[in-house]
Amino acid sequence: MIELRKISKNYNPGSVNEICLFKEFDFTVEAGEFVSVVGSNGSGKTSMLNIICGNIEIDQGEILINGQDITKMKEFLRHRRIGRVFQDPSKGTCPSMNILENMSIADNKGKAFNLSRGTNKQKTEYYRGLLRPLNLGLEDKMETQVGALSGGQRQALSLLMSTMTPIDILILDEHTAALDPKTAEIIMSLTDQVVREKKLTTIMVTHNLRYAVEYGNRIVMMHEGKVILDKKEEQKSILETEEIMNIFNKISVECGN
Amino acid sequence: MTLLLSVLEQGFIYSIMALGMYITYKILDFPDMTVDGSFPMGAAITAVMISKGVFPILTLPICFLAGGIIGTLTGLIHVKFKVRDLLSGIIMMTALYSLNLAIAGRANLPIYNMQTIFDNSLFDSLIPGDLKAYQTVLVIAAIAILTKLILDAYLNTKSGYLLRAVGDNETLVTSLGKEKGLVKIVGLSIANGLVALSGCLFAQQQRFFDISIGTGTAVIGLASVIIGTSLFKRISFFNITTSVVAGALIYKACVAIAVRLGLPSSYLKMITAGLFLLILVIGKDKKKKVKAI
Repeated sequence: MIELRKISKNYNPGSVNEICLFKEFDFTVEAGEFVSVVGSNGSGKTSMLNIICGNIEIDQGEILINGQDITKMKEFLRHRRIGRVFQDPSKGTCPSMNILENMSIADNKGKAFNLSRGTNKQKTEYYRGLLRPLNLGLEDKMETQVGALSGGQRQALSLLMSTMTPIDILILDEHTAALDPKTAEIIMSLTDQVVREKKLTTIMVTHNLRYAVEYGNRIVMMHEGKVILDKKEEQKSILETEEIMNIFNKISVECGN
Repeated sequence: MTLLLSVLEQGFIYSIMALGMYITYKILDFPDMTVDGSFPMGAAITAVMISKGVFPILTLPICFLAGGIIGTLTGLIHVKFKVRDLLSGIIMMTALYSLNLAIAGRANLPIYNMQTIFDNSLFDSLIPGDLKAYQTVLVIAAIAILTKLILDAYLNTKSGYLLRAVGDNETLVTSLGKEKGLVKIVGLSIANGLVALSGCLFAQQQRFFDISIGTGTAVIGLASVIIGTSLFKRISFFNITTSVVAGALIYKACVAIAVRLGLPSSYLKMITAGLFLLILVIGKDKKKKVKAI
């Protein structure tokens, strides 16, 4: 469960360019919820993810994960319980290391990175088993450098790597935006599968309104740092893509873009 | 023959330094100028210890540790005070100049007629008489190859994986719940440990310490790394650390040939810089051609 309580965040405080992003912003995600977040550029979607992950410091407010206050916790410590997949496929993997090495560092998350051997035969088989269901042929390329893989293959690997170890929250930051439509479709159904299987609490930011309507059990639309639409379960299931599109267009017109 | 021997001796000594530079430059993507100070620091500590009659083998671990401390300091300046990578190294390099003078007590400290790692009672008894002429080069090669093997083994541990990951993708290291700054500091400390170790061997082979020997260390190291990694990229049985060692040997050979062809040795640093520039330019041309195809 994620709770954001009365979050305030200003950019460039005290200058002419002062921008108020959030003012007393409240947002709660229940355990096991899969929330899709939509909204135009600058609406605060990605900033919200960055605030949860600790990339951005907040001026005021509290952030709680499963009841524990993490407002002052350092970024890298927060990530011990958070898995994150980025828009840029290269951010979730190490290009100069091979698939096997990438998977072993992901597998070792939360444990000590000591002087024991990085990989062994037994583990290699286990990783192959994890890659097989992706149907991308990655299980036969264990020694290939990840930098040589396509964006889609890398993103699938990133998704797998970020959910390999037990985590409380999965953060998906427009993770299909840089992919071609067909690959995006594959990654999206993979995501759905992983989230269901592991019953992960998930926040997905996306610009694809259809994905937002189709996947997950809650949809949220943000605008100028506020939640302007929030539908769960049954309410969400009767929602159509066009309906969301209409609301989206309306706020965009009001803004003049 | 003497020329070949001296190239091999110096090449293997510098290869240990190049392995250190490989960690900072290639793995961490950190242009570390500290080495211009940590290399002569290894030499200074060694010259003092040898002249005090300390058993030569002891100089190796002590220099490695001292270099490690220096690397840690560079890392702390960069990570904690958020000083840019290049500047952190330059600050340390400048400070080390004074420290090295303080350690040695003067700008030049000869250690002739003392026991060194190449010429001591233990090795004299181990190595048979007909190999005596090659004793120095054998010991240096053994140390360099052993260092390479240990580094290879380290880079395949979990800690080594994390080090490789931090240069590749800092974000991922944070995602793994590890502090990226700490990993960088570890990398810098190992790298400067190796550089000081190389300086330690240099002082014992040359039998003196001089304050000026550090000038150009970074350039020699970078040149070796770039020659090695670009020349042997396609040779599969050469792994990357082997390529770096070979790069250092080739570089030293080039310099030796240039001197042999009649360039005065006072132009040594000029040759060093010129060769490095040449390598950079050739390296760039190659990349362009690949892109054009």
